[in-house]
Amino acid sequence: MTAATDTAGLPPTRRSLIQTLELDTRLLGMIGAFLVLCIIFDIVTDGRYLTPRNVFNLTIQTVSVAIMATGMVFIIVCRHIDLSVGALLATCSASMAMIQTDVLPNALGLGLGHPSIWIITILAGLIVGALIGAFHGWLVGYLTIPAFIVTLGGLLIWRNVGWYLTDGQTIGPLDETFRMLGGTNGTLGVQASWIVGLLAAGFAVFAIISGRRRKSAHGFAVKPVWAEALMIAVAVSAILGFVAILNAYEVPTRRLARMFEARGEVMPEGYTEGYGIPISVLVLIVVAIGMTVIARNTRFGRYIFATGGNPDAAELSGINTRMLTVKIFALMGALCALSAVVASARLANHGNDIGTLDELRVIAAAVIGGTALSGGVGTTYGAILGALVMQSLQSGMAMVGVDAPLQNIVVGAVLVAAVLIDIIYRRRARDTS
Amino acid sequence: MKVIKVLATAVLGAGIAVSASAQTVGVSWSNFQEERWKTDEAAIKGALEAAGASYISTDAQSSASKQLSDIESLIAQGADALIVLAQDSQAIGPAIQAAADEGIPVVGYDRLIEDSRAFYLTFDNIEVGRMQARAVFDAMPKGNYVMIKGSATDPNADFLRGGQQEILQAAIDAGDVKIVGEAYTDGWLPANAQRNMEQILTAQDNKVDAVVASNDGTAGGVVAALTAQGMDGIPVSGQDGDHAALNRVAKGTQTVSVWKDARELGRAAGEIAVALAGGAKLADVKGSAAWTSPGGTALQALFLAPLPVTKDNLTDVVDAGWIAKDKLCQGVSNGPAPCN
Repeated sequence: MTAATDTAGLPPTRRSLIQTLELDTRLLGMIGAFLVLCIIFDIVTDGRYLTPRNVFNLTIQTVSVAIMATGMVFIIVCRHIDLSVGALLATCSASMAMIQTDVLPNALGLGLGHPSIWIITILAGLIVGALIGAFHGWLVGYLTIPAFIVTLGGLLIWRNVGWYLTDGQTIGPLDETFRMLGGTNGTLGVQASWIVGLLAAGFAVFAIISGRRRKSAHGFAVKPVWAEALMIAVAVSAILGFVAILNAYEVPTRRLARMFEARGEVMPEGYTEGYGIPISVLVLIVVAIGMTVIARNTRFGRYIFATGGNPDAAELSGINTRMLTVKIFALMGALCALSAVVASARLANHGNDIGTLDELRVIAAAVIGGTALSGGVGTTYGAILGALVMQSLQSGMAMVGVDAPLQNIVVGAVLVAAVLIDIIYRRRARDTS
Repeated sequence: MKVIKVLATAVLGAGIAVSASAQTVGVSWSNFQEERWKTDEAAIKGALEAAGASYISTDAQSSASKQLSDIESLIAQGADALIVLAQDSQAIGPAIQAAADEGIPVVGYDRLIEDSRAFYLTFDNIEVGRMQARAVFDAMPKGNYVMIKGSATDPNADFLRGGQQEILQAAIDAGDVKIVGEAYTDGWLPANAQRNMEQILTAQDNKVDAVVASNDGTAGGVVAALTAQGMDGIPVSGQDGDHAALNRVAKGTQTVSVWKDARELGRAAGEIAVALAGGAKLADVKGSAAWTSPGGTALQALFLAPLPVTKDNLTDVVDAGWIAKDKLCQGVSNGPAPCN
């Protein structure tokens, strides 16, 4: 994002490899730190950390927080904060649980297991989330109550509305199709995963090449051909490598045997099957691409960053910042509902404690991912990477057997250190430019 | 205590039958912030060490979602058996599913897991109720009884009450025992128990001969109400082995405190987990039986027998290291052993 070191007009004087590849050094640093973290955990756990199985677990565990973190980026970029996302998740999850186990099957007479239950439920959940979010946005934008206060109140209100809706009971089991969005219960399988992987790789190649064409068409300096080729190679191998890892995690044989039994067949001797890409991860990828496109290629996105960079200037130049606030909070609410789908589907039940403390994880993920609380700066992929770093840290420490209080101490310290490094990095970047 | 011996022999037998390869037992705690689980952990560790198995653990910090991730992590670390203190008896389902997929046995520790693939290990709460009523009945075989029950929202309260009724039924039918008052205690709070007891005493004009209280907290409230009327010393039951309650037993104001030794539970869990990891079937666990939960799930379960602590065996709790002698005997002169 911050390719600010190149000033337009001057002949590009490129020296290092990183500069030639026009890479975001900050992102590179984060990926590097993440890899180091993984390798350390892998060594300490005798090679159990970087197994296909644990990578599969990690991606599934990250999805819920990561989806919300992409929305939190927009909120923080606009110089607001949302402390209510975990509570909102609980309310959305509670209403969706009631809708799919009680309202639709009983009151509307669809009966349990009706094939349309899952989609109606999710749509209803998204509407609930977006409405509550829009209401927050209205209080913040039009009534000018600070977002901190609105969402602090929201934290108490929505956590307990969720409780009230369900009488504090665990609601379940949830609809079978709905549960497929939770992770392990819904994966694409090996073949479909390869197809998705190839499509994604093809898209990446297309995006890089067409980006290069557009640049040269407008007379901008382009990277050397070998640099583009290297980028393509890295992107393609990363995508296909990820798919290969997820495919390598085999479905346990007992689970397979049961699946065959349910179909009334006998499992052939030595039969194996890979999990492939979990549907929940696919949802996250779609959200990530969607949010990145919104941020970069739409007027809405440009308004968000303009308002975050300088709210007064944005308002004077004719942006309706009040309506913009309503929109970003509504978007956040809808993303909370989507997270609620993934989180409750994963547990196969709605529990009263769902999403507790998620607001802090989400904000931490966005901040570790380089979103500045002073506004105007932040990226979707950074936030997702931030969520991934937090989750790997937590899972890794759980795996090593670090005491529970120490785990939280480490996560807290990492959060503060990440922001410190970010501040130092930004200061250097400014000084050298 | 007998149960342990039986168990120990059963497990030893299983241990010999199975090859002594090093096993790993994963324990998923629901909330380690509560102090009591430290005691359980030490007991589980001890049992695993004795069997040559290693201990790995995680703490879900009161989150059902984190517990699912925790269990996935324990499985990924190669646990051969799991001991799970479930945060949510239903939402733990996917975790049990994951363990079953890998063929890893699960011991549900103290809290019920509504899944027939999990073994259920806890203390026998109905037996606790029986022991309470038995001790009070032995001390006062005839007269007016008051039943101070636990919280109405806690299923254990009714298990206890059921056990108490079993013991007293014959005497009630014969007309020897008459239940003159009965009350639930909101939230098991001693203050509520005290208020209920005061009202019953007023209504009965103090004509009460014995009180069956469901735990030590409520017993404390009952004894306070009795003391205010100068009636302390009539038989009162309790459970948990609270230090204050044991002191009351030494003083003679409480008859019995039924003690569920967490160390016994932990030890049994460790031994069962090792046996199951070695390939034993759930039904092979010595002393276990098929049991149907109130929710209708058929489970294999083992209910440990608790220990009723009365003035006759106070020395046992001191010897077990549960309470220091000076704490037990505070303010007691010429009491039962060891306070004499």
